[in-house]
Amino acid sequence: MTVELLDRPSREAPAEAALRIADCDIHPSPKSLEREIYPFLEKRWQRHMERYGARPRQPFLNGPAYPKGQPDAARRDAYPPAGGRPGSDLAFMREQHLDPNNVGFGVLNPLKSGQGLQNLDFADAYCRAINDWQIAFWTREEPRLKASIVIPYEDAAASVQEIERCAGEEDYVQVFMLNRTAEPMGQRRYWPIYDAAAAAGLPLAVHAFGFGGAPITGGGWPSYYIEDMTGHAQSSQAVLTSMIFEGVFDRLPGLKLVLIESGFAWLPALCWRLDRVWMRMRDELHRCKRRPSEIVREQVFLTTQPMEEPSRPRQLVECIEWIGWDRLLFATDYPHWDFDQPDRVLPSWVDAEKRRAFFTDNALGVYGRQMP
Amino acid sequence: MTVLPPGAIDCDLHPAPPSVSALLPWLEPHWADAAGHRGLHELETIAWPPDAPLSCRSDWRDGARRPGSDPERLISDAVDGFGARYAILNCLYGAPMLYSEDMAAGFARALNEWLKAEWLDRDPRLRASIAVPPHAPDLAAAEIERAAEDRRFVQVLLPVMGETPPGRRINWPIYAAAERLGLPVAFHAGSAYRHPPTPVGWPSYLAEDYAAQATAFQTALTSLIAEGVFQKFPALTVVFAESGVAWLPAHLWRLAKYWRGLRMEIPWVDRSPEEIVRERVRFTVQPFDAPEEPEALARLLDQLGSDDLLLFATDYPHWQFDGMGALPEGLPADLVRRIAIDNPLATYPRLGEGKP
Repeated sequence: MTVELLDRPSREAPAEAALRIADCDIHPSPKSLEREIYPFLEKRWQRHMERYGARPRQPFLNGPAYPKGQPDAARRDAYPPAGGRPGSDLAFMREQHLDPNNVGFGVLNPLKSGQGLQNLDFADAYCRAINDWQIAFWTREEPRLKASIVIPYEDAAASVQEIERCAGEEDYVQVFMLNRTAEPMGQRRYWPIYDAAAAAGLPLAVHAFGFGGAPITGGGWPSYYIEDMTGHAQSSQAVLTSMIFEGVFDRLPGLKLVLIESGFAWLPALCWRLDRVWMRMRDELHRCKRRPSEIVREQVFLTTQPMEEPSRPRQLVECIEWIGWDRLLFATDYPHWDFDQPDRVLPSWVDAEKRRAFFTDNALGVYGRQMP
Repeated sequence: MTVLPPGAIDCDLHPAPPSVSALLPWLEPHWADAAGHRGLHELETIAWPPDAPLSCRSDWRDGARRPGSDPERLISDAVDGFGARYAILNCLYGAPMLYSEDMAAGFARALNEWLKAEWLDRDPRLRASIAVPPHAPDLAAAEIERAAEDRRFVQVLLPVMGETPPGRRINWPIYAAAERLGLPVAFHAGSAYRHPPTPVGWPSYLAEDYAAQATAFQTALTSLIAEGVFQKFPALTVVFAESGVAWLPAHLWRLAKYWRGLRMEIPWVDRSPEEIVRERVRFTVQPFDAPEEPEALARLLDQLGSDDLLLFATDYPHWQFDGMGALPEGLPADLVRRIAIDNPLATYPRLGEGKP
């Protein structure tokens, strides 16, 4: 593939420089499967990968279901000069992102793993390898970066084993799922995962994407990438609705949910609706003991990217006020094309205390960490 | 309480046939025979179990009768009750969702004939939407042509969740027929249940299904815009009925942002989604899913950014509000007038024609 590299001037530290920020959505890639992933993958699964490939619940062997808008869905300037995929070169990630944007705490969210594969045994092995790889190739090398425990969530028993295997390692800061599960995430087949996350004291992170098998609309498969991308917001609303109504948060009042990369501006309207529906049908929702909006205010967090962009920025701030300045975790989605630039996302008149919560303190609080 | 002006136009009420047998006189002989031979007594959808709380307000219930099945009750509770000049009947009976295209078309036609005989002929204030088999656009278009000859049918009715997202080209014959006849196309909360109603599979609860209706409208709106329906059919008006309203601004912020980033994928979409919606899509106000605080409602109205979007509706007999509070508290009086009268008249050209 030929990708034109844009001029890449070294940037001065931006206005937010005084603030070391947390970036809760960074996507690492291996430079090569053979060199970086195979050392952690049993021989039989290496052979499986080569013969059968990683087959998800969608048509394309190597690919997304919907062709992206850009190669690798990446910023065109994010291809490492030394070669390899965007997000595969730690030195370049430091130079292009961590240093100039003053990222003091970055959460790695690997998107290519065993998650969403049809073969659950392979899913399990591939997830384990990705977890080991994050520590060996990333967090040991760079203390600002933290890892996610990637689990084969359609197999709760294997997922619990993996959470327990990893939870002792401090560099993992969350249990990581994708939001297109086979069944709504509140259903009891997934409960052992949440029990294990809560027992390990780790937040449950749910990132956009994945292939659960159901169309992203209740009326069937859409045609376009823009529909799939916009649809992550609807998927996350379904995930949250299910987890609330099935009583997951009432069973586990200490569980924190972090919804990643599916927007946040939809949350107030969803809460208004869920509160009303809950009032109307409380006798059906016997596991859900608290008002949905109250659960959200206590146990749910959202990363910011891609930030919704009303033509009047004031309206976005009003929306954040409905949600609460303590609920949002800043994220860039580096190295992807719809990257949010930290010095541009909030209007200049938002005060320092709110900016600090938004860019730094909320994340450190959710993950219970300090800046290294 | 927000007071309605006299002569409001109620854009979403739900009549229901008491059972399949009520349709027998209007079914063609083949389908009437089939209903008898095959023991087809009921075609109620799982979306509206008659005794579920949302399906009917308690003071609108009537003992053994199915909610919405008594024309006199609907007229006295809703049309007289809210002083409506016109009331648009959207029948949500499940018959048009039958998997057989021919059978669904046969039952949709019978529903339309039943609506005329049992409802429209009874009170000159009643109007109705045309029931069609949503998964058979050619048969749907033919039924639209047939039924629209009676000018008391003022729009076409589709469930928001069908077999394919509504923008998909396979559905275009429906829009072509509606546009030609000057009829808005209404998407109403509900599903043909060809797919799970959520993007993550089948939910456990009716409450979850109902919550998911709002997200289904979001993806339906994305589909109609992305596929270019509004460019292909420049005179078509789309109505979202029982969609909820509060989700709209946030959804448009997201959709417009992605449109700016990805418009090379859908180059026929030559205007911002926000602009398209403000010109071409209308929303009934029950449920509104409004915030409780008046100040928050004022912000939400500011975010909606247009006084033309909303259509008054009681959603009778569904339990969305109590007493006479069909509109959220704290709406400015001139907006109330727009919602209750001006916007419906602008949306439904046939209402301006007066008596049939």
